[in-house]
Amino acid sequence: MSLSRADRQLLALLRGCALLSAVIVLLILLFLLRESWPVLRQVPLLRFVTDASWHPVDGLYQLTPMLSATLYSTLGAVLLATPLGIASAVFSRYYAPPFLAGLYRRLIELLAGIPSVVYGFWGLITLAPLIGRLHPPGVSLLTGILILTLMILPTVALTVDAALAAVPIAYVRGAAALGLSRWGLISGVALPAARSGIIAGIILAAGRAIGETMGVLMVAGNVVQQPLSLFDSVRTLTANIALEMAYATGEHRAALFVSGLALMLMVLVLVGTAELLFRERRYD
Amino acid sequence: MKKWAMIAVSTLIAWAVWGFFGTKSDESEIEKLVLTGSSTIAPLAAEIGKRFESLHRNVRVDVQTGGSSRGVSDARAGLADIGMASRALKDDEKDLLQFTVALDGISVILNKANPVEALSKQQIIDIYTGKITSWKQVGGNDAPITVVNKAEGRSTLELFLHHFGLKNTEVKPHVIIGDNQQGIKTVVGNPDAIGYVSVGTAEYEASQGAAIKLLPLEGIAASVENVRNRSFPLSRPLNLVTRSEPVGLAKDFIEFAGSPQVNDLIEAQYFVPVPR
Amino acid sequence: MTKNVLATGLIWLMAALVSGVFVWLLSDILIHGLPQLSWAFLAEAPENSGRSGGIGPIIVSTLLILLVAMVTAAPLGLATAVLLSEFTRYDSIFGRLVRRSLDVLAGVPSIVFGLFGNAFFCIYLGLGFSILSGGLTLACMVLPILIRTAEEGLQAAPNDYRLAAAALGMPRSAALVHLLLPSAAPALLAGLMLGVGRAMAETAALIFTSGYVDRLPNSLLDSGRALSVHIYDLSMNVAGGDANAYSSALVLILLLFIINTIAMSLAKQWLYRRVVSI
Repeated sequence: MSLSRADRQLLALLRGCALLSAVIVLLILLFLLRESWPVLRQVPLLRFVTDASWHPVDGLYQLTPMLSATLYSTLGAVLLATPLGIASAVFSRYYAPPFLAGLYRRLIELLAGIPSVVYGFWGLITLAPLIGRLHPPGVSLLTGILILTLMILPTVALTVDAALAAVPIAYVRGAAALGLSRWGLISGVALPAARSGIIAGIILAAGRAIGETMGVLMVAGNVVQQPLSLFDSVRTLTANIALEMAYATGEHRAALFVSGLALMLMVLVLVGTAELLFRERRYD
Repeated sequence: MKKWAMIAVSTLIAWAVWGFFGTKSDESEIEKLVLTGSSTIAPLAAEIGKRFESLHRNVRVDVQTGGSSRGVSDARAGLADIGMASRALKDDEKDLLQFTVALDGISVILNKANPVEALSKQQIIDIYTGKITSWKQVGGNDAPITVVNKAEGRSTLELFLHHFGLKNTEVKPHVIIGDNQQGIKTVVGNPDAIGYVSVGTAEYEASQGAAIKLLPLEGIAASVENVRNRSFPLSRPLNLVTRSEPVGLAKDFIEFAGSPQVNDLIEAQYFVPVPR
Repeated sequence: MTKNVLATGLIWLMAALVSGVFVWLLSDILIHGLPQLSWAFLAEAPENSGRSGGIGPIIVSTLLILLVAMVTAAPLGLATAVLLSEFTRYDSIFGRLVRRSLDVLAGVPSIVFGLFGNAFFCIYLGLGFSILSGGLTLACMVLPILIRTAEEGLQAAPNDYRLAAAALGMPRSAALVHLLLPSAAPALLAGLMLGVGRAMAETAALIFTSGYVDRLPNSLLDSGRALSVHIYDLSMNVAGGDANAYSSALVLILLLFIINTIAMSLAKQWLYRRVVSI
């Protein structure tokens, strides 16, 4: 296939743009490395997991409590948001009367657009005192998980809803013809058929939960410690950066860029997992 | 739908462009003064900046918040014309110049519902290091204490630790907060919390009905009044910092910020003007 | 049969729980935010650190940041999408590399964009805390969304168009401009609106790039405070700023609601399934 001159010029331009888009990720990695170099050069990597605590001003750079806080809060939020999100989608698609279903879907769409700083603001003023009454201090891993759940629930609900919408109508009719109950139809036919869409939605939501900053910063308490219970306050990697960045200079600042690198690593792992999952699926 | 989207988009763009160019009528050269540093001073500096601008045409004062250490390092590196630090300069920062514009104190705060009315210095130390864990041990309710500490890099933290002879590694906090306001919200929302914040901010919030009370420190009430008469033991200067003897616009601004013309702005932020 | 009844009850319960919590949140913001809301609030400058006055300059700064982000990201995203969907075989190495790197970019946390923007645009390129830095940082952030929606839109264009154009001997650039792009236009617009929505909701990426200055910017090199940063600052660092934080939150939610409604209704006709999952 030969291309005209105009086409070749266009192609060159497009390639240039695409290259630029693709290079941004590398640029981000490069600059994270560059800025964290002052610390990486002096501090052996092992010290980020063996130091006594995170007191960067005193030269202590323990990151694991924040890593586990990020993992726990993400895990908790995904565990809560997945059933609720799936139930939401199933509700609006199979249970609710049409009027209610439309209204419900609009509500979820509206929530998908609410900024995290608003969730955080509300969580700090309303939710944290309530949980504090249950068990002080109120700002805790649990509050963080709940706010994160609210934030990622719309993502799960909308992706699952879309995946259910894509289930071939013949499946549903066939199941109905076999005399399956409504729940039998949903659990036996619709949800399995929508499986890959549901998994994609969960992974997407997990990614969002890992990267969430402002909401968690405002409600999780921000103490750097391994949480022993749900009511302990924790600091996630993202909150660590947002909390200290404006105040950090020198090696403290560099150590925060190391937190950023750690986050990037987690995202890479997540994207890689998704890729593997879907590649396997392509062949089964 | 498509048409409406187009209309919405073009309205937004038009609005932005209008806002942008509508203000550019004055094309002459605009001089810019950049201040960075302490978030305690930033709101005050922004207000002073606005009044300064109203007196000097074609001057723009940009205020960015960070911490005191950030203000110091930005001033030293020349990233900012003037740094802001809510503490005195340290010994290794004496290559810079400081100009005090106001005074502030740091007060320990409790929730209003907490029956405890005073704590000794040793009790505060024991609470912050985790030796005292229940209010019962200091004459209060039978409830666990929630210790609120500040994040690294804040001068409020440094001054508090210094006053009580603590190291940050010894403190056993339950909540860590960034700015004053977050600390006040945490204490308002938790009847068993103890925290420490700027006296000015705390007194303003208490006067606005926030459920907090300021504890006296070593027998002296935490109030703007006692910061003013210098009897409050944990007070600090709010400083403007420069790399070298200020000239030109920076000089004018620092003189203005130290003049009685801004006293009302300082008091509106619940700080104490320096007697001049 | 009992299982069926149980499931029905459970699903209604969960849906009620979800809507209950969200109605609680929204009504809370509405009740506390509505009393201060007025035209004056939208037009006036903030006074006394935002405790009183309005949010006029902040809205202008927000829109300027969005404008910079979109003007940069839209052409770049469109070009990349066209290349990926029209000029590259799905499994070619170049196409796969670009897609893979965009997948990663889509997953990068916003605070990391903030770190990058601060190090690259503010300090390395010397743009300082400015609307330009903030807008360019956001451009990097929304790029994957724009590319993904544009690609979906282009792929949804009927293949007949391409075949007919080729049969007529039209250059592919002409087919692109006259046939494919117009037919994908709603999708492109939907992607743009989604990008705007995402960018407008952003806080973490802007704190360290566009800064805190709450006045009307004179140029793109001035610092300008975005609406979301304003809410954060009012609620965290300004004593007595709660009331105005609620109102600003309400304004932000309303703006996002309008933008997302447009995006969703555009997307619904074309590519609801894929767009919402970005």
